[in-house]
Amino acid sequence: MTARKLAVVTAGLSQPSSTRLLADRLTEATVRALEGTGVASTEVEVTVIELRDVAQDVTNNLLTGFASPKLETAIQAVTGADGLIAVTPIFTTSYSGLFKSFIDVLDPQALTGMPVLLGATGGTERHSLAIDYAMRPLFSYLHAVALPTGVYAASSDWGGPTPAGSGAPVRSADGLADRIERAASELAAHVRTSDRSQQVHDPFALPEGFSPVGAFGAQ
Amino acid sequence: MQFGIFTVSDVTTDPTDDTTPTEGERIKALVTIAKKAEEVGLDVFALGEHHNPPFVSSSPTTMLGYIAAQTTDLILSTSTTLITTNDPVKIAEDYAMLQHLADGRVDVMMGRGNTGPVYPWFGKDIRDGIPLAIENYALLHRLWREDFVDWQGQYRTPLQGFQSTPRPLDGVPPFVWHGSIRSPEIAEQAAFYGDGFFANNIFWPKEHYMRLIGYYRQRFEHYGHGTAAQAIVGLGGQAFMRAKSQDAVNEFRPYFDNAPVYGHGPSMEDFTAQTPLTVGSPQEVIDKYAGMRDHFGDYQRQLFLMDHAGLPLKTVLEQLDILGEEVVPVLRKEFAANRPADVPEGPTHAALVAAAAARVEPVETSQAVTA
Repeated sequence: MTARKLAVVTAGLSQPSSTRLLADRLTEATVRALEGTGVASTEVEVTVIELRDVAQDVTNNLLTGFASPKLETAIQAVTGADGLIAVTPIFTTSYSGLFKSFIDVLDPQALTGMPVLLGATGGTERHSLAIDYAMRPLFSYLHAVALPTGVYAASSDWGGPTPAGSGAPVRSADGLADRIERAASELAAHVRTSDRSQQVHDPFALPEGFSPVGAFGAQ
Repeated sequence: MQFGIFTVSDVTTDPTDDTTPTEGERIKALVTIAKKAEEVGLDVFALGEHHNPPFVSSSPTTMLGYIAAQTTDLILSTSTTLITTNDPVKIAEDYAMLQHLADGRVDVMMGRGNTGPVYPWFGKDIRDGIPLAIENYALLHRLWREDFVDWQGQYRTPLQGFQSTPRPLDGVPPFVWHGSIRSPEIAEQAAFYGDGFFANNIFWPKEHYMRLIGYYRQRFEHYGHGTAAQAIVGLGGQAFMRAKSQDAVNEFRPYFDNAPVYGHGPSMEDFTAQTPLTVGSPQEVIDKYAGMRDHFGDYQRQLFLMDHAGLPLKTVLEQLDILGEEVVPVLRKEFAANRPADVPEGPTHAALVAAAAARVEPVETSQAVTA
């Protein structure tokens, strides 16, 4: 079995951030779910990209049109993965500007067919639909495969009630832990069968039917 | 190996004193800069084409014709001529006219432009950029080589028995470069015709251009114009020099920090590390550019952007003195050393005339036999 590549993009601004916390929980759950389908955790290559670390490079790329070597490495890790976990804080009703700026410097075709687990964090539960009205259309436009279960974690989710005497979080149909498990198993199913990381992309491939003298040919 | 300068003809405020030249001053400054280029021994002056402020060069052949009358050796070129939105018939006529007036000291670099609205302003659709560049050049190529052209395409009214005048000087069309920063289609087009390929690599890291130029060279060979090493390659460059490196850094920094394109973005240190921009002593510029052929192979033309971002004319002329007197003579020696004998020199009209004569003679003989 060839190694599965899992990319994690997290757009939290503080360190530590609850966005990174959610990204890590989603990553662990996905690796576990992959193990459940027969992919050993040693066979899963996880690359976490903290957008904060490349924030300057992302801005420079927007201004100059090219990526610094550091950002290029991050872009390659994302676009060449078998699956992507994308987690952003919700600011002013939508994904953060940094998150969108990173998406904007990707080639618009680079995420075609990419299974994406959508995750978001916010101060209150009231913004949970931002995953569906903001993030999901973004990835649909890019022809990515946005998985059905998105995971939104409000501040209160991190302090949810725990059953008396147990250290485990509440497990109910709509509890955070449960949503994480469900989303992770959806992503794992796609990552297991993906061959995206094995594909070879030829940047010099000419469009089909291209002729150096044009459609009418040399007359 | 040819060395020269290329300009985008921007009218930009000097950030150090907040002064802005008038369009008239900038236009006259461009003429002064071109004449200076010849005076300091550079080979090429190339002028961009734009149709929106803050650029003044909307009519390149007018300016190049004016410069041609005041120079004797300088090759006049473009950077670039918009093959997408100009009528190829008018390009054929304008540059053939310029070629006659300049006694052959003319070549042309085709490009698609980087200003989206130019397409609709000239009645075109930007989504047709590549097909326009391909089809328009296919027509231009024929207009310069066939006396009477019947032609039909997708983007222009058909022609029946059309002859563009004047015919190219000595029956040899101006040499053509195709400029591209990204599109393999344009590298393919340049290779197909055996034309030159100019990679304006001044804003992006070299790895990208090593691949793009490598592709062009490989396709040049594929189409039978020579070996990959014989393909005709031009590169962009950018430098600011003072005798003391730190003086150059201090003087250029405000221009860098406020420049159109990269200003307010990466630091000058990052940008010089990642792109060909060199800010420092003449020796640092020599070292950086002497190393170019290690990345791109032996090539034919190196153009420098020297006059943008609001640099005052006086400074630009000082830069050209340093470039022409201290940098280029050393680079000429460096590039000549170990250059394989079968790698062509930079294209000139005289060389193209000689090559055409060598090609035509055997054909005429065989026609005479069959006639």
